[in-house]
Amino acid sequence: MEEEKKTKPRVKMREQDPLERARNFMEVPYGYTPDEATQEASRCLTCLRPTCRNGCPVEVEIPSFIKLIKEGKFIEAAWKVKEKNALPAVCGRVCPQEIQCESLCILGKKGEPVAIGNLERFVADYEREKGEIKIPEKPKPTGKKVAIIGAGPGGLTCAADLIKSGHQVTLYEALHKPGGVLIYGIPEFRLPKVMVEKEVEYIKKLGVEVVVNAVIGNLHTVNELLNEHGYDACFIATGAGLPIFLGIPGESLNGIYSANEFLTRANLMKAYLFPEYDTPIKRGKKVAVFGGGNVAMDSARVALRLGAKKVYLIYRRSEAEMPARKAEVHHAHEEGIEFMFLTNPVRFIDDGHGNLSRVECMKMELGEPDQSGRRKPIPVKDSEFQIEIDVAIPALGTRSNPLLLKTIPDLKLNKRGYIVAEEGTGMTSKPAVFAGGDIVTGSATVILAMGAGKKAAKAINEYLKWKFWDVSSLPA
Amino acid sequence: MFKVLISDQLVPNIHFLKIEAPEIAKKALVGNFVVVMVDEVGERIPLSLADWDTEEGTITLVVMQVGTSSRKLAGLKPGDYLFSVAGPLGLASHLDNFGTVACLGGCYGIGAIFPLARSLKKLGNKVISIIEARSKNLLYWRDKLEQVSDEIILVTGDGSSGYKGWAYDPLKEMLEEGKKIDRVYAHGCTFMIRLISEATKSFKVKTLVGLNPIMVDATGMCGVCRVSVGGESKFACVDGPEFDGHEVDWDILAARKTVYLEEELRSLQRFECQQWYFEEAKAIGVKL
Repeated sequence: MEEEKKTKPRVKMREQDPLERARNFMEVPYGYTPDEATQEASRCLTCLRPTCRNGCPVEVEIPSFIKLIKEGKFIEAAWKVKEKNALPAVCGRVCPQEIQCESLCILGKKGEPVAIGNLERFVADYEREKGEIKIPEKPKPTGKKVAIIGAGPGGLTCAADLIKSGHQVTLYEALHKPGGVLIYGIPEFRLPKVMVEKEVEYIKKLGVEVVVNAVIGNLHTVNELLNEHGYDACFIATGAGLPIFLGIPGESLNGIYSANEFLTRANLMKAYLFPEYDTPIKRGKKVAVFGGGNVAMDSARVALRLGAKKVYLIYRRSEAEMPARKAEVHHAHEEGIEFMFLTNPVRFIDDGHGNLSRVECMKMELGEPDQSGRRKPIPVKDSEFQIEIDVAIPALGTRSNPLLLKTIPDLKLNKRGYIVAEEGTGMTSKPAVFAGGDIVTGSATVILAMGAGKKAAKAINEYLKWKFWDVSSLPA
Repeated sequence: MFKVLISDQLVPNIHFLKIEAPEIAKKALVGNFVVVMVDEVGERIPLSLADWDTEEGTITLVVMQVGTSSRKLAGLKPGDYLFSVAGPLGLASHLDNFGTVACLGGCYGIGAIFPLARSLKKLGNKVISIIEARSKNLLYWRDKLEQVSDEIILVTGDGSSGYKGWAYDPLKEMLEEGKKIDRVYAHGCTFMIRLISEATKSFKVKTLVGLNPIMVDATGMCGVCRVSVGGESKFACVDGPEFDGHEVDWDILAARKTVYLEEELRSLQRFECQQWYFEEAKAIGVKL
């Protein structure tokens, strides 16, 4: 019996065939059936002192919800997850579980850990499909008002937690749709937009007021929200900002997109459905994506689905240094993305009419480790070569967006322009103003932003009770 | 929100919209723009604020019909709603009492220079407004601009009214005659504001131009509106849209504006066909 438990393999999630899916925008994995989910849940040892929970930034009661799946109580399992996580369908799909909860699963020591992410996804989908969405009872109103700026994963999580505490919550979003990176950044085949819409719908049902088209900073300043609109506290979760470009000659040529622009057109504006949707996007025949993160993988896979014959993923270090999730890299490989490691672009070359026609690259080799601990790429002399391309997508991360921040002069920023906020509470140098997610940490993940939203909600709750502001522990 | 109150053709191809947007009106500053989506499948397009009324809670847009989005805008009727209006966006114009200021506008830009001229006049400047069109019947807002200008010069391509030529011709003449002009503002199509900037360069008259590149989010996130100004890459949505015309790399800007020409034509063709079918169906009483 013991032996059987150890060797029982993880239930694989079935996926669309790589060559077929590389040409459509439908979701890659199909999700578990109830039988598969029960089978996978039965692998959980129900440890006496479970460690998986410690790996979850939003502290989902993992053993409890898995136990409910084992018992066939799928809806109850979904509710259990939702006690801590307002966006389970999203997290089940995009969290890097392999370095969080699953990395701490005891089964992982000798074999494969329980597929916690897949199970989370299953219960969220099950609940949605069965239509048995439970809205918790409305708590007694506290009479306090909180404004949240940015309806991405951090803002949505914070809003959901605060509304459950009885505060009045307004969630401001600059774009015309709430969801932030879940809507504009992560592609349909990785996170169907209808899931995000449903989760936002849930948060609205909890009582959160969502205001779209609200560019805070311009439309209202934070001081106006606090002093004139009667908010008692403010949570800034505006997310990643200005795209970083390569800074090489020819970067203004037509056909060169920041990953942010490329993905926003494809995802938020649904340019892949042009001309049914009015926003166009270039359907490159030969596309080069620069970078090695998840956003680079997403961009490459979107370009492929838009009909590219060839998609190069060009990264200046080697595969081992790539920051993208292994699963995403694997999916990209399977779909036929051509990886070019230790390669760096030098300049873009035009066709004489302002359009991109080629990129010149150089070979790189790895030297001593740099500040990030990764080995620093160094150009190899006389190794220049050119590749013919018509679309290029630098996916190099982002810098802090000053649009809102410059309207709050008394908010302390670090030297990279991000908000200085206390770890664990999100308290900033400005009383009643909290911050979290990418606008504090720089580009990170959905779940880390959600974790920050959750911690901030806890801290805001405390603050609203005592109205006490001590930030002596703020990093210098 | 975003109810259309007035929708009128000003002159052929140029449309006037007054929209209910009290919060935007309250915060609007000279030089700001808004991003508009007509419907759920629409594009996000930037449009300069041509006017606003804080008390009434409205904003005014002047739109030139070019592609699908502007056609859709012009097709709106009073009582319709816009799907999305975000703003006010962009940095405000840098305004002061400079002395004598020339405000030049062409096509939709005639709308954009109106609030500019009004504020400059209020600040004590002597304001010369120069408005340009192909022909007399395409000039609009002359009366509005007269009220906020010390002098108004009309320019038409065919000479049917006022000066014959381009907006920069009378300006250049004034400068050549030695007339002191302390500052120039120019709004309109890229070609026009480029020629104005080139005309004033040798006279070293500071010339501020309102750029209108393609935008998506218009909050600095996507970078499609990047323009090269003084050798530096700037985002028109958050660093502009007003820049020093003598510093702008016009070739790059002009090329970038044409990137979707093919797609725009395709989209427009489809839209026109659809409109035609709708009209036909309506005429014969068929429900689509």
